[in-house]
Amino acid sequence: MDDKLISKVPEGPLAEKWTKHKAAIRVVSPANKRKLEIIVVGTGLGGASAAASLGELGYNVKIFCISDSPRRAHSIAAQGGINAAKNYQNDNDSIYRLFYDTIKGGDYRSREANVYRLAEVSNLIIDQCVAQGVPFARDYGGLLDNRSFGGAQVSRTFYARGQTGQQLLLGAYASLNRQIAKGSVKSYPRHEMLDLVMIDGEAKGIIARNLVTGEIERHGAHAVVIATGGYGNVFFLSTNAMNSNGSAAWQCYKKGAYFANPCFAQIHPTCIPVHGDQQSKLTLMSESLRNDGRIWVPKKMEDVMALRSGAKKASQIPEEDRDYYLERRYPAFGNLVPRDVASRAAKERCDAGYGVNGTGLAVFLDFSTAIKRLGKDVITARYGNLFQMYEKITAVNPYEEPMMIYPAIHYTMGGIWVDYNLQTTIPGLYAIGEANFSDHGGNRLGASALMQGLADGYFILPYTIGDYLSHKIQVPKTDTSHPAFDEAEKAVKEKINYFLNLKGTQPVDYYHKKLGLIMWDYVGMAREKAGLEKAIVEIKALKEEFLKNVYVPGENAEFNQELEKAIRLADYFEIGDLMARDALNREESCGGHFRVEMQTEEGETKRDDVNFLYVSAWEYKGEEAPVLHKEDLNFEFVKPSTRNYKD
Amino acid sequence: MNFTLKVWRQKDAKSKGHFETYKIENISPDTSFLEMMDILNEQLIREGNVPVAVNKGCHGSGPVAFDHDCREGICGMCSLYINGRAHGPDEEITTCQLHMRKFKDGETITIEPWRSAGFPIIKDLVVNRGAFDEILQAGGFISVNAGSAQDANAIPIPKKDADESMDAASCVGCGACVATCKNGSAMLFVSARVSSLALLPQGKIEGARRAKAMVAKMDELGFGACTNTQACQMECPKGVTVSHIARLNREFLCAKLKD
Repeated sequence: MDDKLISKVPEGPLAEKWTKHKAAIRVVSPANKRKLEIIVVGTGLGGASAAASLGELGYNVKIFCISDSPRRAHSIAAQGGINAAKNYQNDNDSIYRLFYDTIKGGDYRSREANVYRLAEVSNLIIDQCVAQGVPFARDYGGLLDNRSFGGAQVSRTFYARGQTGQQLLLGAYASLNRQIAKGSVKSYPRHEMLDLVMIDGEAKGIIARNLVTGEIERHGAHAVVIATGGYGNVFFLSTNAMNSNGSAAWQCYKKGAYFANPCFAQIHPTCIPVHGDQQSKLTLMSESLRNDGRIWVPKKMEDVMALRSGAKKASQIPEEDRDYYLERRYPAFGNLVPRDVASRAAKERCDAGYGVNGTGLAVFLDFSTAIKRLGKDVITARYGNLFQMYEKITAVNPYEEPMMIYPAIHYTMGGIWVDYNLQTTIPGLYAIGEANFSDHGGNRLGASALMQGLADGYFILPYTIGDYLSHKIQVPKTDTSHPAFDEAEKAVKEKINYFLNLKGTQPVDYYHKKLGLIMWDYVGMAREKAGLEKAIVEIKALKEEFLKNVYVPGENAEFNQELEKAIRLADYFEIGDLMARDALNREESCGGHFRVEMQTEEGETKRDDVNFLYVSAWEYKGEEAPVLHKEDLNFEFVKPSTRNYKD
Repeated sequence: MNFTLKVWRQKDAKSKGHFETYKIENISPDTSFLEMMDILNEQLIREGNVPVAVNKGCHGSGPVAFDHDCREGICGMCSLYINGRAHGPDEEITTCQLHMRKFKDGETITIEPWRSAGFPIIKDLVVNRGAFDEILQAGGFISVNAGSAQDANAIPIPKKDADESMDAASCVGCGACVATCKNGSAMLFVSARVSSLALLPQGKIEGARRAKAMVAKMDELGFGACTNTQACQMECPKGVTVSHIARLNREFLCAKLKD
């Protein structure tokens, strides 16, 4: 194993690791915390909760976000809920069961100790959020309500209508605002991190661009935390917000932080299908809809044709002619199988010709059974805002006709490699939330992203970063006139000037859409050797054309959205390339990564625990090909087995 | 579908703005309003701004800057005054959820930024809503540090109160209420936060201080007074109602009486 890839997982029984670790690591006294500076980049659930908590502890925190306010971060769009092992429903849930479901849901490609810790702190998150005034759904007795999510047979998901991410983020943002008012956190909205600055091998600051004035700024610190989310927008069409991007994390990779499991991307089964080539993004319909919605396509090809031509409506197809394929294939979990399984099953039916819309790329999500059983009012109370959103976008009333859905890129499990302390391979550089790789393995379960972001930010990073900073109490504030800042700033300015001076002919999105198609075709839901090799070649050629022919209008010293996009797209080419390389290397199917060559006779994923029971961690080598390092995964407490959602 | 677009162009906060007129063609009715803006910008970039601009002397102003992010109606980033209405001609949506099927083929569409003294223009259709952050920093929180909370079910809250708190908390902070109000008042925004927390036992402890601090900050930042025209609730994309303003007034008056 590589000497940089030391996971630092403590010894001892699973349930005692975190407690023992907390007792063993060092803390910083309040007087010394005041002398230490921390930069947090990103203000989603991870970044906002981390910055607020670090501010509460007394550190000096600077927080950066690309939007006009920390509240815009894309965590806000999470709909369905957040998992916790409270067992309020008395359905035999426990920390162990949440841990087990998560590690199994991730297809045994995550670290046991990290996942157990996540389950362990999950209950504290719910307590914290309620104390902040998050209006979770409640029952008539005034106590908290739960619902079910994919990959679990218990109801452990806490929710606030279809706006859980929004409410949790507003809670974290409120705590952040409290610290900003106190002066412990300084906020830099409309700022984008364009490089990481390292001095003597340690992370010491960032270069940021003020997106309003174009000014290139230097910011120093004793430690830097990356909380900038995932890189799903490499596909152009995804459920991510338009401005979500992988560039801050990517600069860390280029400065030496290893990038782990880049090919593990989640394709969410319930998104509104693509309508045409003028489309800019795909809208997610919450997984919670699968609590009451049943997924089907017609059994008969003649019905498929009648649906496509408009001769028939879905509601006119009788029950016996419907193929509820998830219930048929996975009786035990039915419509609540994990996302990767549901997505592939939809693709399988559509590939077989049963897609129900004009493009042949859609299946039905039908509420008629639930409306009959529970009444329209109950369904409205549960999903009213989602039904309204669907109708606004598609002009179809889902109370009368089933929704049409199709899988879309949603989340990236891969990210910056971190150890048990959430520290990257660069000392002083931490990565939390979706930006790191650590907790979800090959597939993330629904309602677990919110849990991880807040676990990292409220309850893990504030402890572990202290261990590193306890050795820095004598270190003075970072001098931003250090040559390392000069050099980083110069490189950033050169990159900006390159794009502005190029004066090519095509806009940035022209290339981004093309990259997205390459990614979807070859590095999407089904991947195979020849396609992945082709993707690497095509991405390289497209990148060269982009660097010769893109047109970025305007100048640096102004609000310039095209310039922002160009800088991000340059990184997407490299991220897409690494995703393809990682997918090529991983000659097994696991979680969201499906290699066509590796499947069972029933078309299920075929994992290879003999050869691929490891985290792939890639090291940047400039113009040369990246180098693969492996962190072996040790399963001490659960035995990796074939995921079974059938019985 | 084809449209004529009258778009507000303004180089930066200090420059004088003006309308420019553009023609845009072959737009699918299923295209969202912001996707239509993307298409306009692609034309403006690719064609150097010449063929699509109708009025003379406006060449070279480049793509139109506008705020947007999640494009599913929840981040609150998108804005736009469309044909004289915040978020355009549909009920309870943000601009990103507006689709071109809501317009008539051949229609002239006027697109402006939020107009309010509290939201200075940054460029074209982009405004600075930092004042909203400042108002929330003045008191829009419950003072609880991470780690000090009791068990979540230790405080039962009547479902009705929790639901009403959630109604108020659904505010996305877009600023449509301010832009719509003839006085440029931020009362609906402020009341949404005050009311959401005032309905919960956890939030009551700091209720008086919160109401006074947030109202004082709103006044200080130059937002106007509320004269009960209720225009704000008509344009709120999340259906936040003026009943929350009533609750804010009650909280505020009770707090002031105790002073």
